[in-house]
Amino acid sequence: MSDTSTDIQSTETGTAADTAGTSSDAPTDADAVAPSTADRTGEIELAVDGLVKRFGGITAVDGASFEVEAGSITGLIGPNGAGKSTTFHCITGIHQPDAGTVAFQGQDITGIAPYQCADYGLVRTFQIAREMANMTVLENLMLPAKHQQGEALWRSVMPLARREVEEQERELLERVWDTLEFFEIEHIAEEKAGTLSGGQRKLLEMARALMTEPEMLLLDEPFAGVNPTLEQKLLEHIHELRADGYTFLIVEHDMDLIMEHCEHVIVMHQGSVLAEGVPGQVTSNEQVIEAYLGGEV
Amino acid sequence: MSSTVNADRRTQLESLWEHDAIKIIAVISAIYIVYALIGLILGYSLDGIVNTLRRMTYLIAVYGMVTLALNLHWGYTGLFNIGVAGFMAIGLYVTMILAKPADPGGAAQYAGLGLPMPIAIIGGVVAAGLAGLVVALPALRLRADYFAITTIAFAEIVRLGVTSDALQQFTILGAELGTGGGRGLIRNYDDPMNVIFQLEIFSSFVDLTNSLFGFGPTQARALAYSIVLVIVLAGIYWLIQRTSRSPFGRVLKAIREDEEAAQSLGKDTNMFKIKVFVLGCALMGLAGILWRFRRTGVTPEAFRPHVTFYIWIALIIGGAGSNTGSILGSGLFVAVLFEGPQYLRRVIDQLVAIGDAPNTFAGAVAPLLSANPVPLVRYTFAEFLTLQFVIMGVALILLMQRRPDGLLGHREETAAAIPLGVRPSAAGGGSGGGGGSGSGGGFTHGQTRDQHDDSDQRTDGGIDADAADAQTDSLQSDISDSSDTNGTSKTSDTTAQSDDSATDGETL
Repeated sequence: MSDTSTDIQSTETGTAADTAGTSSDAPTDADAVAPSTADRTGEIELAVDGLVKRFGGITAVDGASFEVEAGSITGLIGPNGAGKSTTFHCITGIHQPDAGTVAFQGQDITGIAPYQCADYGLVRTFQIAREMANMTVLENLMLPAKHQQGEALWRSVMPLARREVEEQERELLERVWDTLEFFEIEHIAEEKAGTLSGGQRKLLEMARALMTEPEMLLLDEPFAGVNPTLEQKLLEHIHELRADGYTFLIVEHDMDLIMEHCEHVIVMHQGSVLAEGVPGQVTSNEQVIEAYLGGEV
Repeated sequence: MSSTVNADRRTQLESLWEHDAIKIIAVISAIYIVYALIGLILGYSLDGIVNTLRRMTYLIAVYGMVTLALNLHWGYTGLFNIGVAGFMAIGLYVTMILAKPADPGGAAQYAGLGLPMPIAIIGGVVAAGLAGLVVALPALRLRADYFAITTIAFAEIVRLGVTSDALQQFTILGAELGTGGGRGLIRNYDDPMNVIFQLEIFSSFVDLTNSLFGFGPTQARALAYSIVLVIVLAGIYWLIQRTSRSPFGRVLKAIREDEEAAQSLGKDTNMFKIKVFVLGCALMGLAGILWRFRRTGVTPEAFRPHVTFYIWIALIIGGAGSNTGSILGSGLFVAVLFEGPQYLRRVIDQLVAIGDAPNTFAGAVAPLLSANPVPLVRYTFAEFLTLQFVIMGVALILLMQRRPDGLLGHREETAAAIPLGVRPSAAGGGSGGGGGSGSGGGFTHGQTRDQHDDSDQRTDGGIDADAADAQTDSLQSDISDSSDTNGTSKTSDTTAQSDDSATDGETL
């Protein structure tokens, strides 16, 4: 929770706004989803401190504290009911935590509304993909972009202002196609999202989250129900995006995958953090083996 | 040879049918023709027939306005508003109270504020919008079904409120006002359409209708009023089309699909819901005003809940989510379900001698025992208007079973200010082929776009997998050169293209 990152935040907002117009560059894959972060590797992107969430008599999250480094892929693991998803909900404002703080890039974002969370550059995907089923893939991807003038009703209606809206829509559409190319799903651009396969939905969900120009992505079981080929592809995308400066926090059950792809692993058990560290450390931790890995690894 | 010509003609007709304006005109014309024939069968004179059509137009226009507003609530945003009648009532009552003369012209009358009609109308619309705000603020936190209960409760509160003795006559800030309670309000202000009727040009309109249809001045006025309503309907259609085909409309659709996901993508969904609810309620208020502000008076009875359900039936017929469908649905609802039964009865009466019906249901059923169905048929026929509700119910059930999406609900009405199918840079390369890129590249771009247009027309906005594939294939191959070389010429080209498409979307 360093205070220095406040300055960085402000410069970044500037660059983020600029990148909206970069679409006219040649859409090679790396440029397609332009990185909006400067190199801040090593700084703390997300800090959760003493988070508590109770539902009636059940304490789903019980004093969880951890930090996520900027530019890292961090894994969040734990048995079912360990409070991983609830932690996600508390970070992204879907639930109000009963105690504790959440700080993103040094700014306190505890208990903010979900839509504000995305404004900060912190975006999540859901465990079960939540595509807008009756909207096309294109519409799904046009939706998330920030600062859309046309979201003000009068601008969309009044003739002169609508010109500008259309202009912005064209720029946005260009970005959407870039993103579609990056994820190699152009061929389903005009399909309704509800007709997609499970894997395509996962891709769409991630593409959609990226359209908000986030700094950090919280992925809730992004590989659940995804076939190995697509899983590999998703992982490539994640690594590519990480190289561009995005930070990832991933909830996942597949230990091999976590070991191979995460620099840092956080293990939750019964609502609090049981252990954390590099994958090797964590898997050799007695408590973790007992609680999660079943004592046989 | 002739078969290909026929096929051509058919595709031509089909592509013509894709235009929303054509759909609306075709359906309304069909309704006109059927009712003109009915008029002929019933032996109406020309002015009678034209007057029947005028009445249909008036009803379709008013129902169309409210259905469009409801489509904005339910079809786009998924707000389950079953309090439509309440918002219409507020619009009309406020307008009448504002417009009625401050000095009541007799013991039977209640005073108003005596404001000029345009201000009174604006006041009514604003009041309906504010009522929407009052309902929306607490209620939008509720889940869909509880929200629905809140809205219908609100509508009933409004209706019972204007009926109550307490509001029959009241004083506010020193001004004597009143809703008239159960007796209602009498229109004792000038005909609001006088602005038009007193124009000099209007007298020639009266002469014209007189020479064409044999209309008297009253009928000519009614006709002019219906025309005004159609113009207002066109305006509301335009407004809602713009609203829905925009980033704003996109968020509305996202709220309908998955509000929580929309929030997690950074959309302040509550603000959008409040805005759209207020807008829709204001439009319902306007429709309520235009529906009845020229009549001799209004009673609370006019705003019983069935009005709301009529609007819902019209929306379901047309297909929730489609603005064009809302208008078609209103047309079919009015022509077939609302006015249809009584005209059908008259036609049957004209063509077949039915005879006297028994007075009681028992009297109608008892002869069945002696295998004599005639009294029952006569009785049913005499009670035909009551059957209207049964017919509506049956029609609704059939519709939900056979075509739950309504006429046009299945259709994709893209929520964006520009057409999305084609990548702007690729399309720009096509129309600006002579510019930076080689002529070969320009050609393929142009082809790509044509292909896309074709697929649009063929599939009614749905997805034609082959065409889409072909399109993306050629797109992919073109992207590398187009985006490199055409970077600068892109903007002006795409502007020209969007102008075309924008006007397409707006025609009615």
